Amino acid sequence: MNLDVELLSRMQFAMTIGFHFFFPPLSIGLGWMLVIFEWIGWRRNDESYVRIGKFFGKILALTFAVGVATGVVMEFQFGTNWAQYSKFVGDIFGAPLAAEALFAFFLESGFLGLYLFGRGKVSRGMHWFSALMVAVGATISAFWILVANSWQQTPAGYAVQNGRAELTDFGAAVFNPSTLPRLFHTVDAALIAGAFMVVGVSAYLILKNKEAELGKKSLKIAAIFGLAVSLLEVFPFGHIHGQQVAQTQPEKFAAIQGLYTSETGASVVMFAIPIDPPPELKARVEMPVPGLLSWLAFGDVHARIRGLNEFPKDEIPPLFLTFVSYHNMVILGMYFIFIMVITVYKVHKNTLWHSKKLLKVLVWSIPLPLFACQLGWIAAEVGRQPWIVYKLMKTKDAFSATLSGGEVLFSLILFAIIYLALGVLYLYLLTKEINHGPESAKEVAA
Amino acid sequence: MEFLDVNALRVIWYLLIGVLIIGYAVLDGFDLGVGVLHLFTRDEHEKRIHLNAIGPVWDGNEVWLITGGAALFAAFPFVYATVFSGFYIAFMLLLTALICRAVSFEFRGKVDSQQWRTVWDWAFGLGSLVPALLYGVAIGNVMHGLPIDKAGTFTGTFLGLLNPFSLLIGLVSLALFTLHGAVYLTLKTQGPQLEKLVRQIPPLWMIVVVLYFLASVATAYTSPFLFDGLFANPLFWVLLVLMLGSVAAVPVLVKKGKYFLGFLSSSGAIVSMVGLFALSLFPRLVPSSTDLSYSLTIFNSSSTQRTLGIMLIIALIGVPIVLTYTILIYRVFKGKVTLTKESY
Repeated sequence: MNLDVELLSRMQFAMTIGFHFFFPPLSIGLGWMLVIFEWIGWRRNDESYVRIGKFFGKILALTFAVGVATGVVMEFQFGTNWAQYSKFVGDIFGAPLAAEALFAFFLESGFLGLYLFGRGKVSRGMHWFSALMVAVGATISAFWILVANSWQQTPAGYAVQNGRAELTDFGAAVFNPSTLPRLFHTVDAALIAGAFMVVGVSAYLILKNKEAELGKKSLKIAAIFGLAVSLLEVFPFGHIHGQQVAQTQPEKFAAIQGLYTSETGASVVMFAIPIDPPPELKARVEMPVPGLLSWLAFGDVHARIRGLNEFPKDEIPPLFLTFVSYHNMVILGMYFIFIMVITVYKVHKNTLWHSKKLLKVLVWSIPLPLFACQLGWIAAEVGRQPWIVYKLMKTKDAFSATLSGGEVLFSLILFAIIYLALGVLYLYLLTKEINHGPESAKEVAA
Repeated sequence: MEFLDVNALRVIWYLLIGVLIIGYAVLDGFDLGVGVLHLFTRDEHEKRIHLNAIGPVWDGNEVWLITGGAALFAAFPFVYATVFSGFYIAFMLLLTALICRAVSFEFRGKVDSQQWRTVWDWAFGLGSLVPALLYGVAIGNVMHGLPIDKAGTFTGTFLGLLNPFSLLIGLVSLALFTLHGAVYLTLKTQGPQLEKLVRQIPPLWMIVVVLYFLASVATAYTSPFLFDGLFANPLFWVLLVLMLGSVAAVPVLVKKGKYFLGFLSSSGAIVSMVGLFALSLFPRLVPSSTDLSYSLTIFNSSSTQRTLGIMLIIALIGVPIVLTYTILIYRVFKGKVTLTKESY
């Protein structure tokens, strides 16, 4: 049997990072929600917010543990499975990873310990500060890992010398054209995930009439927060990121938008079934606003957008995955705004608490922002193919040539089993924790 | 950093990677050791003391490993790529162990069932034992030299990594971390559990001494190149005296009940042992067993001067901050462990 090391390594990378990527966004989002709850609890000396903090703190601890466990793999996988890539980009790509560990991982892990075990051992101010440092650390981590990822998308500040990419300008490499648009879009997505988790879990507490008064308090805050970040995600962050992709990676832009032939005054494709190859869109439904896509991308309704047919056939991304994941992400983004507008309105009118249907919808919406994160990530990464570093190195030239297919197959199966088990255990313990609910006022006093 | 030439930066980064490895070995060393000891106790109360003695800090300790890996990637990418892909199966086993271990803390106490707890006790124990052994095996392979060809490509196999010499070094690190963990636990325990540890430490110490002696002799036979010019280096004698002194002090201080000093001396033993290893290896990072001239050294496998310089600035900003709050957090949790509602 002839096993394809490149394909197996790609499958393993996609699986391990895809699974891992459920947890950090949730940690970032929950981290910032905790900063808010613990602040109110401390400054107003309101015990109910401390109980909310403790409750969601347990969920954060569980999420963080699985995130850490699956994250260690990521740090080593570039070397184990992508040795040629590591040699080619090491002069640039290693530094952000090291900075992430030094500036972010130490901060998060150190202060999470203090946050979870330090209640009563340190002052309340210091305890709040430890929650803040967890959230700040998680966000700094997002910054550095997105610097590394963005450099793969839009490399800058380098020169190819001595058979590798060598750093010429650190600032330009860190703040390459896609770093900031991607950072805002991704971190805001994480905040949405945190808000939906708190809203959904709170809705569940209200439905089950378990510490429902606490649930109402946390839901109110998280819903307002969730509405704000959902709006920001589309405008300006999504918009800016889209414009950046249109300018810096036209092939990816053409693929996510489903533009197979170049168009002037292009309109937005809302729905289609992409068939590939040869590239074709079936059942195409356009938004009835002529030139909308051209205007969104370049600020001009007549702007010409390059279609996939303008690029060499071996330098365009797979169409189906990019198009479908991008469009579903956008649909979810719209849904987040829609559902949060209704929720905030009903909270304002004080009618949400009796609307069982909406509360149930909120519970079932908990994982949706995380799915949106996955879809966005798939669109970004698959849309970059066939390149591992855009226009610089192809994925097929990047894997570890010394590995045998059997070795990678072994690790792929091993990780598949472990991650499946971890996923099941996480969901089981999460639902158990949620069902248990926050401590009652009596338990706190005990 | 323009005033530092590339070779000076390469030496500095060799030292800094050494510092990261030492930081990792001293800090995660004791919590891996606690995990190994965890395999040998049946008592639920003792087990919970184990978990809570390292609960607030183990995760931060593991970050030293991640930072070390990333720093190796950034400073010596050719070593990172060659060693990590060469040690493929070993790394996958290591990662599996670390994953199981990482979740065991959080998972163990969540379900009230003896079977459930037993599963996570094993995950924690084996998840600690396997890394403690594998780190030594990895260092043993580096000391032994790896089959690396002229192009710097690893040409060996997984089974080749499990040679008797490397396994012996693996046993040294396993025993050393277990002893270090036991000494750490003397700071955290009281009553019968403490008395038991004080009884266990002398035999553990004896095992470490015997294994270390055997390993030193084996090294002289296997890798004589490590000793080239070593005895003329005054730093070697400083480290050797420090190592012998701190190893000898461990059982004495524990017996006298000076547990914190005992912990410092077992830390000192680890620092000087890693220091001796690094000193004898320098300036090589991975010697080639095929032909010593094919070795990966700090000169043929590093990043550029610019990257090494920027990384140095990052380290000079980051490391003092990390050390400051790490010490602060350790101070909050110092003293004996008491179990509360929030405990694991």
